[in-house]
Amino acid sequence: MTDGRPFGGDRSPVLDESVRLVFHTVLVLSVYLLFAGHNAPGGGFSGGLVAGAAIVLRYLAGGRAAGAVPGVGHEVLLGVGMLISTLTGVAALVGGTGFLEAWVFDREVAVLGTVKFTGTLPFDIGVYLVVIGLIAAIVDSLGREADTTEADALDPDGVAGREGTA
Amino acid sequence: MTALLPLSVVLPLVGAALCLVFSRVRALQRTVTLVTLAAGVGMAAMVLARVDAEGPTAVQVGEWAAPVGITLVADLMAALFLLFAMLTILGVAVYAIGQGADGRSVFHPAYLVLAAGVAGSFLAGDLFNLFVCFEMMLIASYVLITIGATEAQVRSGMTYVVINLTASTLFVTVVAFVYAATGTLNLADLSGRFASLPQALQLAIGLSLFVMFGVKAAIFPLFGWLPDSYPNAPTAVTAVFAGLLTKVGVYAIIRTQTVLGLDELGTFILVVAGITMVVGVVGAIAQGEVKRILSFHIISQIGYMIMGLGLFTVAGVAGAIFYVIHQIPGKTVLFLAGGLVEETTGTGELHRLGGLIRSAPVIAVAFLIPALSLGGIPPLAGFVAKLSLVQAGLSAEAWVIVAVALVASILTMVSMTKIWSGVFWGDPDEAPPLPAALGATRLRPPALMTAATLATVGITLAIAVFAGPIFDMATRAAESALDNTAYVEAVMGS
Repeated sequence: MTDGRPFGGDRSPVLDESVRLVFHTVLVLSVYLLFAGHNAPGGGFSGGLVAGAAIVLRYLAGGRAAGAVPGVGHEVLLGVGMLISTLTGVAALVGGTGFLEAWVFDREVAVLGTVKFTGTLPFDIGVYLVVIGLIAAIVDSLGREADTTEADALDPDGVAGREGTA
Repeated sequence: MTALLPLSVVLPLVGAALCLVFSRVRALQRTVTLVTLAAGVGMAAMVLARVDAEGPTAVQVGEWAAPVGITLVADLMAALFLLFAMLTILGVAVYAIGQGADGRSVFHPAYLVLAAGVAGSFLAGDLFNLFVCFEMMLIASYVLITIGATEAQVRSGMTYVVINLTASTLFVTVVAFVYAATGTLNLADLSGRFASLPQALQLAIGLSLFVMFGVKAAIFPLFGWLPDSYPNAPTAVTAVFAGLLTKVGVYAIIRTQTVLGLDELGTFILVVAGITMVVGVVGAIAQGEVKRILSFHIISQIGYMIMGLGLFTVAGVAGAIFYVIHQIPGKTVLFLAGGLVEETTGTGELHRLGGLIRSAPVIAVAFLIPALSLGGIPPLAGFVAKLSLVQAGLSAEAWVIVAVALVASILTMVSMTKIWSGVFWGDPDEAPPLPAALGATRLRPPALMTAATLATVGITLAIAVFAGPIFDMATRAAESALDNTAYVEAVMGS
């Protein structure tokens, strides 16, 4: 096992560096899409997919250790996302308006200028988290199989592991 | 009331989200599931009380008016089904917890999403959201049916997934047809516009919807996936599928066909119903294992429900509605009892079982009551259901289907007797896997499982006791389904 890379082999410096360059840019783009979603192309789902693509890239370059969101299980990510989305609907209900009824926030804020977002934003944030959690879960469970079988195929006696590279 | 309908769908989803967050803590997951489902039962009862008093109620989600927005509608038929579905889902949840079937952390979230999908399918006011809720239910069912990840489960689960995905693709296609032809998907709006379409197009749409929901409801000849996939899943999962999934399909058939009002399809539906009854029950007689026999029975029973619709009379549809109501808990509890047999003896194969009437009398009672009900023995609910269908058939002068229904009913009794004599009477031909089952000691399944099974038996008995009022409601539900003026008014608001 070489640094937990899914398919064994040496790390590719080119891939490593490219991912390091691209990773944060892609995440910023995903957040932009998330916030633009209420009246422009974008939204929680596409934002989440873009963020998921960033996670997949990092997973391919660096293996599972760097794959998912550090410290948070994907079930939790999925659950929290779903909770935010569903409670957005319920909150509108409790607040006296109809279920999932949207509101608009449109105000001048110092430094930022005009800030506008709508009641669909929390819902979209929930969707964003659900999509990220789902992609992390898929990558992790598909990759787990690849990790074990590829590692066995490349190194049937587990010699590399004993030499202590991992 | 405007809060109750969306909450019936969303609350289980909130519960599912919490169960995901707590996926490491089984006790919390169980608490969330039980609390959510109990609240679901309470809300369903309130919806029913309200709809019974005030007629159909509609909620426009997000205040986007019909026919554009998402509409949730509860009429008497939907409210009745919702209540008995939620009761059954709660009962099976207790059973699953008692059995420890929730060993994988994904069980509770998937189970609650299934509950949300079932509730949503009953309450959806337009075809597209019916599709969405159906998919929610099915995707959760894909997880549940393969949850043990044994080889047999994955093999039969693949068949199940592929067939359902095919049917779902057909569903979206039909939705597109309907939208292209009428410009609306809202059921209330549709019922007004559908009549102006050319006759051939009407029939094409009606038939496509019937075939597509027919796959989900497992009618002849589209039932092949069911007896293969159901018996391999864990008992609690099979039980809830048996009680609900096919019935949601039947509900969708009744709902769409009454909205479209295509009486011309009646004869066709009756023919399909008759064949479904006979083929299902003959298949059941040929089987030698408890869950497989019961799985074939599901198909046979679907035939009766479709028969009531095919008559296209108030009495017929009322019979079908009552039939669905008594089948939801009735079919489930048979699987629960079958699961208790497997739990205590380690097998469901008839030739390895016997004498359980002495070693496990409680299980015998829990099986006997719903079995007699299914066979149509008075005074149980199944008798009332069959009687009402036969009467409806006689008054519509549909002699052939009545004869077929009566013959199929006798055959049902025969195959139930097969389980009864194989499992509860006599001695096993071969030793069962667990020595305790030989009759030497009393068999005791986990108390919670027995309690959940008996509680569900209690629901079936309650349906028999209150058959009068429930049937009266079913009749009014059928009246309002066939003549949907009140439904349309509630949705379109005029």
